[in-house]
Amino acid sequence: MSVNEAAGTRPRNEAVPGAEPIIVVDSVSKSFGPLQVLHGVSLEIERGTMVAIVGRSGSGKSTLLRCINALEEINGGTIKVCGHMVSMSDRASVKRLRSEVGMVFQSYNLFPHLNVLRNITLALTAVQKKSRADADAIAHKVLGLVGLADKAEAFPEQLSGGQAQRVAIARSLALSPKVLLFDEVTSALDPELTGEVLKVMEDLARDGMTMVLVTHEMAFARRVADIVVFMHQGKVWEAGPPAELFADPKTPELRQFLSSGL
Amino acid sequence: MITFSSTHLIYLIEAARWTLLLSVLAFIGGGILGLVLALGRVSEHKPLRWLSAAYIQIIQGTPLLVVLFLSYFGLSILGLDIPPIAAAGLSLTLYTSAFLGEIWRGCILSVPKTQWEASNCIGLSRAQQYRYVILPQAARIAIPPTVGFMVQIIKNTSITSIIGFVELARAGQIVNNSTFQPFITFVFVAIIYFAMCYPLSLASRHFERKLNVGK
Amino acid sequence: MLSYSFDFSFLLTTWPAFMRGAWQTILLAGTSIAIGFFVALICAIIRSGKNKLASGLVGVYVEVIRNTPLLVQIFIVYFGLPSIGLRMSAETAAVIALVINTGAYGSEIIRAGIESIAKGQLEAAECLGLNKFQVYWHIILIPAVERVYPALSSQFVLLMLSSSITSQISAQELTAEANLIQSETFRSFEVYLIVAAIYLALSVLFRVVLWAIGEVAFVRRRKLRT
Ligand SMILES: Nc1ncnc2c1ncn2[C@@H]1O[C@H](COP(=O)(O)OP(=O)(O)O)[C@@H](O)[C@H]1O
Ligand SMILES: [Mg+2]
Repeated sequence: MSVNEAAGTRPRNEAVPGAEPIIVVDSVSKSFGPLQVLHGVSLEIERGTMVAIVGRSGSGKSTLLRCINALEEINGGTIKVCGHMVSMSDRASVKRLRSEVGMVFQSYNLFPHLNVLRNITLALTAVQKKSRADADAIAHKVLGLVGLADKAEAFPEQLSGGQAQRVAIARSLALSPKVLLFDEVTSALDPELTGEVLKVMEDLARDGMTMVLVTHEMAFARRVADIVVFMHQGKVWEAGPPAELFADPKTPELRQFLSSGL
Repeated sequence: MITFSSTHLIYLIEAARWTLLLSVLAFIGGGILGLVLALGRVSEHKPLRWLSAAYIQIIQGTPLLVVLFLSYFGLSILGLDIPPIAAAGLSLTLYTSAFLGEIWRGCILSVPKTQWEASNCIGLSRAQQYRYVILPQAARIAIPPTVGFMVQIIKNTSITSIIGFVELARAGQIVNNSTFQPFITFVFVAIIYFAMCYPLSLASRHFERKLNVGK
Repeated sequence: MLSYSFDFSFLLTTWPAFMRGAWQTILLAGTSIAIGFFVALICAIIRSGKNKLASGLVGVYVEVIRNTPLLVQIFIVYFGLPSIGLRMSAETAAVIALVINTGAYGSEIIRAGIESIAKGQLEAAECLGLNKFQVYWHIILIPAVERVYPALSSQFVLLMLSSSITSQISAQELTAEANLIQSETFRSFEVYLIVAAIYLALSVLFRVVLWAIGEVAFVRRRKLRT
């Protein structure tokens, strides 16, 4: 099922008419040994939209995200990002993918031995071969975007969880990706710190960044996402604009999931 | 010319018994003194803490060989006509106690503070806290590094060959002096040391894994 | 019991010899540590790498060295190798034996550091587009060495102290110098007391220097101590 078909109505961020979706996941399946985790998942994500993936723990949300970003090899189907086929075994394609897709993790994964500035500039200098001065300028700019201009010299262990996660977002942003993937980026945070991270994401959405996020923040998904995808048992179970999906769940599984208060 | 033969090998293996005996002596002596040092290091009395820390720093900052010479010549200026094994045993005891003292201090400190508080709350005296609550838990943690340190003890007994105590390394030199085949002789010496040490290394690793699983 | 009167008067004439010995120990240990560190680093990389054969061979090397005495290793290098055609000076033999020893102990320490790097770190670096080599260098090796640097430093100080054993093949260093002095002065106990004091000073010196190197090499250490 294509998200767009399911969506029916127009996403709030206008997709460029006629343009190919930026991510096309087509009948992807994925197994870990004998355990099949994804069962023919298909999904299309338009430029400039925010897609929230929700579902029970273990339903394959992270795996799907990791497959899109070539952190896992898929066993069947195809994934296209920015018009290019994703294949873990093709070095050039992975390299291109890395320049187009950024990813933010639940556990921040900042580099503990580098300060905030260096965390952000590492890939700018090592991968994009920018000069140190240019890299620093970009780093300061993205730090400003996430509201942490004063933390450039701090080390990760000196940051709160919310600040660390915002630095992680800034680190991805610095590489000017076309798509950002977020895997439960607020799940490790205290409730009072999730707000600051969600706000950064909302700002990005408003600026037209294409984002795919796995999240448990239902209120946030409902308010900000253009499309919500409900995954269940390794399949896209239902998908559509949040207003419709939350108001009128078609399947008992989604109804149950929504009422379980998660 | 005499060549290296099974007779020599048997001689080496017999000498290895002295290596083991000396290791056991050092472990017992060093263990007793080491426990005292470990308790001193975590004691409530500042002078005790300070004294045991100074002792450990000094021994750990001096080569075992120099400790051995000091024991050897020190005992002899006391006017005692003592066999080399006494100087060997003394120096290894001093050396072992400093290292075990430091290792065990770490184990005692790694018992969570709440255990002290809980045992205090049920009215145990400090000695009872150690006896019934802290040391049994510390001992579990102490097994892997202690067994690992036994390897160091066995290896370091080789240094006592320098003052003429005939253990495995000295026996190797004696054999070499008659065969003039240093390579094969010392390789066999090394193999015998390895045969004594490696099982302990494996055991230490095994206990460590078990401890980590239990966590 | 006899009364013993201490006599340190020999110091008046022999102190330059002690100083020379101390300097020789610094050179011997310093050289061995510097080379030994690189051997340890390379062994750790191989040991934690994918090549099973190479990793196994390094494993054998590490276990053999860690389970046999340094004294015997020194004898094999100095007395044993010439009998199969490799001849060298006592100092060279001493450095070789000490390097082999540090390489084995150091590699286990560094390997523990490498294995303590979380998988998420690697994925994050990969997602930023760093290539395999860049990930290995920036995200694995440097933080691993930083993390285990205190343990490495302790190992290096122990190595400096162990270098006294090379006096047994008459390599030029402090203990060998002392052996010479005591055979001329007959004040054995006093001589080794002095030597013990010098070694203590050297271990403090090595600690301080290694600490300073760590401060320069690892920025975080310097910044976070406030
Ligand atoms: N590397 C892996 N090896 C084996 N099983 C895995 C691995 N990663 C995930 N799984 C399994 O795949 C299923 C889906 O996991 P995941 O995608 O993380 O779910 P979600 O993110 O929706 O909670 C789970 O049953 C999980 O145990
Ligand atoms: Mg997940």
